[in-house]
Amino acid sequence: MNWITNYVRPRINSIFSRREVPENLWSKCDSCGTMLFHRELSDNLNVCTTCDHHMAISPRDRFLGLFDGGIFTEVPVPAPIADPLQFRDQKKYPERMKAAQKKTSETEAMLVVVGDIGRTPIVAAAQDFSFMGGSMGMYVGNAIIAAAERAVKLERPLILFSAAGGARMQEGILSLMQMPRTTVAVQMLKEANLPYIVVLTHPTTGGVTASYAMLGDVHIAEPNALICFAGPRVIEQTIREQLPEGFQRAEYLLDHGMLDRVTPRTKLRQELITITRMLLNLPPEIKGDLPPPTDAAGSGTKAQKDLASSSESKQA
Amino acid sequence: MTNYLNFEKPLAEIEGKAEELRALARQNAEMDIEAEAKALDAKAAELLKTLYSDLTPWRKCQVARHQDRPHCKDYISRLFDDYTPLAGDRNFADDHAVMGGLARFSGTPVMVIGHEKGADTKSRISRNFGMARPEGYRKAIRLMDMADKFNLPVITLVDTPGAYPGKGAEERGQSEAIARSTEKCLQIGVPLISVIIGEGGSGGAVAFATANRVAMLEHSIYSVISPEGCASILWKDAEKTREAAEALRLTAQDLAKLGVNDQVIKEPLGGAHRDPNTTLEAVRAAIAEMLAELSQKNRKQLLADRRKKYLKMGMTGLAA
Ligand SMILES: [Zn+2]
Repeated sequence: MNWITNYVRPRINSIFSRREVPENLWSKCDSCGTMLFHRELSDNLNVCTTCDHHMAISPRDRFLGLFDGGIFTEVPVPAPIADPLQFRDQKKYPERMKAAQKKTSETEAMLVVVGDIGRTPIVAAAQDFSFMGGSMGMYVGNAIIAAAERAVKLERPLILFSAAGGARMQEGILSLMQMPRTTVAVQMLKEANLPYIVVLTHPTTGGVTASYAMLGDVHIAEPNALICFAGPRVIEQTIREQLPEGFQRAEYLLDHGMLDRVTPRTKLRQELITITRMLLNLPPEIKGDLPPPTDAAGSGTKAQKDLASSSESKQA
Repeated sequence: MTNYLNFEKPLAEIEGKAEELRALARQNAEMDIEAEAKALDAKAAELLKTLYSDLTPWRKCQVARHQDRPHCKDYISRLFDDYTPLAGDRNFADDHAVMGGLARFSGTPVMVIGHEKGADTKSRISRNFGMARPEGYRKAIRLMDMADKFNLPVITLVDTPGAYPGKGAEERGQSEAIARSTEKCLQIGVPLISVIIGEGGSGGAVAFATANRVAMLEHSIYSVISPEGCASILWKDAEKTREAAEALRLTAQDLAKLGVNDQVIKEPLGGAHRDPNTTLEAVRAAIAEMLAELSQKNRKQLLADRRKKYLKMGMTGLAA
């Protein structure tokens, strides 16, 4: 493995991708109303330090907190053709896309990367709710397929963070077709016996929940995340009765057997490392400073081999 | 008695007049109305042809949902022999919105699965208007597994407004059930043929229609969201269904261009409900053809083809 291209360059990339924020910015918690100093909030992964309310976090910020040293490398996603249905509503789809790209500084609603967590090489994908509600269209489908293919090629687990208001209506039936397409991606991982861990974040709804988000080996949700097929308003209109307290929230789904765990974002990284390493039959993570890279050869080898040749497992 | 759709009102008037005339003549033997009635018949026939020659997407939605359109039950009783319903998900319940069981198609044993909307108030309620709960998808998964084990082709008949948005359905894992059903469609090594006979409503339809071959009836629809839902979200106006239906490209003709369905089965003039027998026979011929073609393929090819088909779907947009 080349130290410069695989280590230094991604770090530079990730430093440049850090969005500039004024140091004196304060933001208000949507839940308890406490004014929070921006630095404090982002250091706590956008979880309110007063009430533990989990606010939205961008895929890039999530990955900065997730990967060792905040280092990750983006996996390219094949671009689908733009506006495949030539969709016409009150605003043109390409214009909506441009607005979303400007707002988020991202290409689309999903980011796929590779990197190490607790010195465990993984592929990760995260859906961006701030990009057109995280809606699933051809790009998101392509991203999940690219993530699965990369995971299979590198023999690494895939950790996917879901967040979606539902379908990309402007892609009509092609949005719906991402349900089978992403299911094929999950099958690739399954056939390669690679762990597929889904972290369901607020909100995960509709076709996303009814496809790749519910097909994981392990389902972990962030506290109080709304997770459903049909939204609470649709259900209230259909059955004309009030829904119980906490209906379709993470804790409710845990009680109903749909999730393995509900884990606060601040404890998520450690938990993902622990679970992933057990599923991969690796020794427990060794904490502390990263040893200098020693392995000069064998790029693209499987996760276990990578680790077997690193100084860490020699110690273990 | 014909149940006319809104856009068929002028037709209803003409046909009504012709019928009135004939009723009068039956009471009064001296009246000679035949020439006039025949002229009205001809006018009606001409109008029907004009109305159906170029149905707008929103009109197609109405035809696809027509209450007298042949339903899953009609197809099963007409096209299959020895239909033996198999009930239940072995876990919670039997979902009457989903029919399924063993049957013979032209002598070949198959597994047939489909959504049934019901034909009158009582059956519509017991069928939950064709909106399946998790148990319906889990029954389908069980039957697909059985078909795979005994090497029987699977034929699915899709006709649903969507999966049921209910409290219990959510609590029992509607999302997971749909996801697993779609997954099962991609895992079975037997021919999987899907015919969209009416409404292909979102995830509730995909769960059965992820198939080697998908055929759609000429006036059936298949969509990620109902035009009503789309109109209220994007136009903020539930009345804009016509615009939404157009934008969504939910017709069999547009979807064929996108590669979502492999063929369009012609309906009789005036829609499937005006001549159910012809419709049922057209579907029989289409299934026979698809089945003959897929029977040539082995398990590996069937699985690989299905997967490849969905991986490349949508890559070319409307230009496909
Ligand atoms: Zn708070």
